[in-house]
Amino acid sequence: MSDTPGRPASNLPPLSLHIPEPRYRPGDTPDFGDIVVPEVGATPRPSEDSKPEAMRDLCYGLVRVLDFDGVAKGSWDPKLTPERLRVMLRYMMLTRAFDDRMFRAQRQGKTSFYMKCTGEEATSIASTMAIDRADMCFPSYRQQGILIARDYPLIQMMNQIYSNRGDHLMGRQLPIMYSAPEHGFFSVSGNLATQYPQAVGWAMASASKGDSRIATVWCGEGSSAEGDFHSALTFATVYNAPVIFNVVNNQWAISSFSGFAGGERTTFAARAVGYGIAGLRIDGNDPLAVYAATQWAADRARTNNGPTLIEHFTYRAEGHSTSDDPSAYRAAQEASAWPFGDPIARLKQHLIALGEWDAERHEAQAKELDELVKTTQKQSEKLGILGHGMHQPFETMFQDVFEEMPWHLKEQCDQMLAEQEAKFGPNWKPE
Amino acid sequence: MMPASSNSDTKTMNMIEAINSAMDVMLERDPNTVVMGEDVGFFGGVFRATAGLQKKHGKTRVFDTPINECGIIGVAVGMGAYGLRPVPEIQFADYIYPGLDQLVSEAARLRYRSANDYICPMTVRTPFGGGIFGGQTHSQSPESIMTHICGVKTVIPSNPYDAKGLLIAAIEDNDPVVFLEPKRIYNGPFSGYYDRPVEPWSKHDASTVPEGYYRIDLGKAATVREGEALTILAYGTMVHVTKTIVEEMRIDAEILDLRTLLPLDIEAIEASVKKTGRCLIVHEATRTSGFGAELAALVQERCFYHLEAPVERVTGFDTPYPHSLEWAYFPGPVRIATALTKILKD
Repeated sequence: MSDTPGRPASNLPPLSLHIPEPRYRPGDTPDFGDIVVPEVGATPRPSEDSKPEAMRDLCYGLVRVLDFDGVAKGSWDPKLTPERLRVMLRYMMLTRAFDDRMFRAQRQGKTSFYMKCTGEEATSIASTMAIDRADMCFPSYRQQGILIARDYPLIQMMNQIYSNRGDHLMGRQLPIMYSAPEHGFFSVSGNLATQYPQAVGWAMASASKGDSRIATVWCGEGSSAEGDFHSALTFATVYNAPVIFNVVNNQWAISSFSGFAGGERTTFAARAVGYGIAGLRIDGNDPLAVYAATQWAADRARTNNGPTLIEHFTYRAEGHSTSDDPSAYRAAQEASAWPFGDPIARLKQHLIALGEWDAERHEAQAKELDELVKTTQKQSEKLGILGHGMHQPFETMFQDVFEEMPWHLKEQCDQMLAEQEAKFGPNWKPE
Repeated sequence: MMPASSNSDTKTMNMIEAINSAMDVMLERDPNTVVMGEDVGFFGGVFRATAGLQKKHGKTRVFDTPINECGIIGVAVGMGAYGLRPVPEIQFADYIYPGLDQLVSEAARLRYRSANDYICPMTVRTPFGGGIFGGQTHSQSPESIMTHICGVKTVIPSNPYDAKGLLIAAIEDNDPVVFLEPKRIYNGPFSGYYDRPVEPWSKHDASTVPEGYYRIDLGKAATVREGEALTILAYGTMVHVTKTIVEEMRIDAEILDLRTLLPLDIEAIEASVKKTGRCLIVHEATRTSGFGAELAALVQERCFYHLEAPVERVTGFDTPYPHSLEWAYFPGPVRIATALTKILKD
């Protein structure tokens, strides 16, 4: 057995290992005053067919449209109609209402797990609204906003969360791991960043078939450290795939701050530089910046000008999921100290500044959406909640492992049905 | 045994040519079939399995990829979700490990987790096994890792005729298939005697291969040799090695070539072992938790009261595949003969 490796006699200076440490921990008063906030309009909008090397500065800047008084400015302004802005606001408010109620449902013991996207609503909703409905989305676990922006029935989301008898995934998947092919929404995996190369493959297939549809994919800054992320960017640049990569930099991966994904050294948008693809760093709490950047990237992809990596600079205002307590690892006031505010409040302020919205209508809409979610929740709960009875026929456990069930699964299924009868008698039916 | 074929013209093919022909036929028949992998395009693959396919079917159907197995399998999953039928090649089975998460957690689980919303009709072709002085990173036999993944089928052909029919069936299958090609026998069946001249496939009946479309259903074993003394379960290269030894020793053995490890042809195994009362399992992969362990368990569960001797396993050793001592590692004539003598004496 060898001794503990130590320092041999040497007059060289000792090496030291750097372990990243976030600036603020519980009890600290966060101050984000050193985050560079460029003026709206300071970041130029290049043409969609620009060469990546000609627009590298955008990987280190920050695309903004809304100033902090709610005024849209600069060349990135997507100039959406008030009607479209109101639709966007409604989707974002609906997502927040949905999140609040489903989080509470988990706390009430009606399901095992939930994940909110509070503060990050713009990164999925404005992004989805900027592409075609036929374009394909490969989400991570925090893009419920895609489904809401594509008018996926809320009750189906809830049925999945409750794993009840209305769940078309038959209770097989952890809550929020939806699948909705009719809405261009890929099946959510529990493994991180695996959707990245898959989105590239889908985009490559679309290009090889002469299709006009593009793919978009999301991951967090934390999972951008996964090998799959880098595999995806390599394939995308090699084949010039029509795909939009979204990195939602919400600063936290459970309890690990962005420094553990390399965020202390450079921006996440700058990953694009090494791959020779276009990169944009944007204010992810500015719905119009998200819309404009996505529209730019979609136009670029659709005209065979290749992939774009968009870093959405944002903040995860709540815990990672129902399974962690953020007060145990980060300063409590971080969300309120975040210099970019809240995306819903900012869009509301913008619409009011335009004279197209007011506080009363906002409050009425919030109430209406709360009611909608509550009513839908009641309907869904009639179809069952997790852990209160079993909602699926037991044999569904063995279905869809393969297209046709092989003999060994049939044998195991028979064994399980015998166990079921021993436990519950011959007349048991799913509840 | 000649199944229905849409083209009765035959040609003498080695295994590489038969595998190439299977992809050629599928690229022709199904515009959604795509072939991809490291060096498979212009060059035609390091073992020449894709030679000429890019020229014939075009660059968007047959193309080179980055050296990135996670990307190759991950991209293929996305292509499958789009509606293509990807046939990625992993240059050596030893290189499949960087892509294993995409295979295990994604390809194999997509149908199940999405309740048929999305499927993964992918066939991963990869050469495996030793006997070509490939050292520890070009010789491994990872089949039991594949059979342990629920949602993946594992296929191993042992001759040109089967290779083509099974590969076509694998490509047409709507679930992910890992198609392991025993590279030692690409150019000729192997007797197990590494110091003897290699016999070309042209001297073997199974090198007569229809040029057109035909398929051999997955999940069906083949009886290579009928006999009464014992049952030998083998696949890939070891089918030929065991046959040589059995004939040398003049043993009336029944040899089953399993061809598909999952789903396994349990009926054929059960019928044969119940008839002979003895069972020898031969594989090149490492012993502990090898596929032989699964086979031995199944045989004792189903045939215990018919057994006249303990089930025996002949396998590679539980070491990495050594370069210079390759033939000391390989489960060759001496190891097989010793096991045969023992199982027949008991």
